[in-house]
Amino acid sequence: MSTLADTPAQPIAFTRNAREALADAQLRRNFRGAMDSLMDKRRNQFPDGDELERLRAFGNRVRARALSKLPDLLERLEANLARNGVQVHWAETVEEANAIVHGIAERHAAKKVIKGKSMVSEEMEMNHYLGARGVDCLESDMGEFIVQLREEKPSHIIMPAIHLNAGQVARLFHDKLDVDYTEDVDRLIQIGRETLRRNFFEADIGVSGVNFAIAETGTLLLVENEGNGRMSTTVPPVHIAVTGIEKVVENLRDVIPLLSLLTRSATGQPITTYVNMISGPRKADELDGPQEVHLVLLDNGRSQAFADGELRQTLNCIRCGACMNHCPVYTRIGGHAYGTVYPGPIGKIVTPHMLGLETTRDLPTASSMCGACGEVCPVKIPIPSLLRRLREEAVRAPAAEPQHMRGQGAKHSKKETLVWKAWRTLNTSPGLYRVAMYAGTRLRGLMPADIGPWTRYRSAPKPAARSLHELAREHLGAQ
Amino acid sequence: MNAKERILGKLRASLAGTTAVADDYDIGLVTDPWRYAADERIARLRRMLEAVHGETLLTTAAEWPQRVLEALAARGIDELLVSPATAHGRRLAEHVREQGAALRLKGYERAVEAWKDELFFHTPASLTGTLGGIAATGSLVLWPSPQEPRLMSLVPPLHIALLNASEVRDNLFELMHAQRWTDGLPTNALLVSGPSKTADIQQTLAYGAHGPKELLVLVIEDA
Repeated sequence: MSTLADTPAQPIAFTRNAREALADAQLRRNFRGAMDSLMDKRRNQFPDGDELERLRAFGNRVRARALSKLPDLLERLEANLARNGVQVHWAETVEEANAIVHGIAERHAAKKVIKGKSMVSEEMEMNHYLGARGVDCLESDMGEFIVQLREEKPSHIIMPAIHLNAGQVARLFHDKLDVDYTEDVDRLIQIGRETLRRNFFEADIGVSGVNFAIAETGTLLLVENEGNGRMSTTVPPVHIAVTGIEKVVENLRDVIPLLSLLTRSATGQPITTYVNMISGPRKADELDGPQEVHLVLLDNGRSQAFADGELRQTLNCIRCGACMNHCPVYTRIGGHAYGTVYPGPIGKIVTPHMLGLETTRDLPTASSMCGACGEVCPVKIPIPSLLRRLREEAVRAPAAEPQHMRGQGAKHSKKETLVWKAWRTLNTSPGLYRVAMYAGTRLRGLMPADIGPWTRYRSAPKPAARSLHELAREHLGAQ
Repeated sequence: MNAKERILGKLRASLAGTTAVADDYDIGLVTDPWRYAADERIARLRRMLEAVHGETLLTTAAEWPQRVLEALAARGIDELLVSPATAHGRRLAEHVREQGAALRLKGYERAVEAWKDELFFHTPASLTGTLGGIAATGSLVLWPSPQEPRLMSLVPPLHIALLNASEVRDNLFELMHAQRWTDGLPTNALLVSGPSKTADIQQTLAYGAHGPKELLVLVIEDA
């Protein structure tokens, strides 16, 4: 079995990727075990169902309020960060965002970047972009470091290397880092620590993401357990934070419910080891911290989601990953099969805005609509409704107005449209309906045994001898 | 038009005719479930910290310097990074002198660039103060300063933190409010809840990822 790294990491190849992943027993065991454990941990953090529901509703309100004044909050955030000495940059596309980061790197003649975990930098494919221009990027989060050594992408937004077991990591470290083979996780982590330690102070630039950007105080808040985020944002002379424009919250106190929802939903922790609040570069009398702090605000399709009241809810997301942990599809196929930076339910509703529906058209249908994602979402994003909405956007006529999404109508088919039109006519014309029912029941013997995909796994349906209408009418007549 | 104007233009156009959602912040929801009786507060903080491999010790203003010496001796550590410019730094130095202890104290007196190698590879332990604690989550509050810079609580494998019991609050909301955080935050403000850890390999918890492998919190009961 080839590894998933060999397959084209493209959402358009979803069906093939999923089939390969399903056939990989090791991968399925790794995911099943990890997801079961993450679900348990989350459940244990919310013993009081009433508190959970009230907190989710609160989290939803806080996010909805932030989005309801997003442009004003972004300007306030920029003004307060600027007052604190942080430089703010705006990028509509990932190309622009990469060019901004590269520009900063060039100004400092930077050769080496150390990165804390950042999904937005994955979205930008920053490592690739900077690497092609002579700037090396090294991931410092243990999971990201492992994935980078394997030349793979993260398979989960919180646990990047969750598709691997300790034995696979042991082999990887043995092969790539020239250390003795050990499956002892403590030892493996110490190897990672020792390997990365020197890199923190050799790096010219530290890059991080942002969990919450606080407009009121001009503060970037980051959560983590390892300390690599603090290292990356403290040791190198320059810190560049990259984040989506939706990550802003209005007030400092707004982060309290969101922080509680985030860490409890994500990893089942009451709080992460570190909550790191950065409000500016090193001051004249301070002895460490970066001399420069930059924030890159990235749109990349978010303003498209924002334009529609329903789709806007996509931007409530606080990136906890609970939806993927509880998704029966994700658990079975893993994160790589989606071929997107954000896998799982949240990936299916956010990626079409980033890449357009042309290449992501299969994602909204890769769901059993069981509703688990919507039930666990800490900020109450109605993910199943949004999946249904994206399915509709994917089959609407490409030229139909108003246009909500890039790639509208990517799955549009004239034949299907015609079938549905006929279906509607049939079901809204009583005479026609009765004729069709009569024909269907009386000619039931003509139903073919093979009706395409339906009969691949099932026997063909056989219409009843008489329709329910007929039976009901007869029943009433007899009374 | 630049990127900022284009992004804000799109967002503003999308909001045309809508009204902002009101701020109905529910203080009760982030405080009521996280309140503790006075005699339970410190116990809760210790329990939460210990659940994530933090070590805690109850001590007093008179005795803590001796506890520090004992903790270091037990680990065979003979050098400590501590600020000579803080009251607790001076107190510890005095105690070391009185006891004639072999412990070497060094300060973080130069910019990090000037002594990175020593800080990263030859500094086994540090001692810092804290601004307070949070019982609900077992968290320490640190506002690094020119005297106690950011990396002091991050790079050495053992971090010893002094926590005045009177500065422990029930929850984050109460703490932020009492300490008036919105009046002005420092360059870097931190909540620290235990030693550094990771579960990135097969969901197996391991301590001492990139930060301290051990966190020892000395809770000073009469301060």
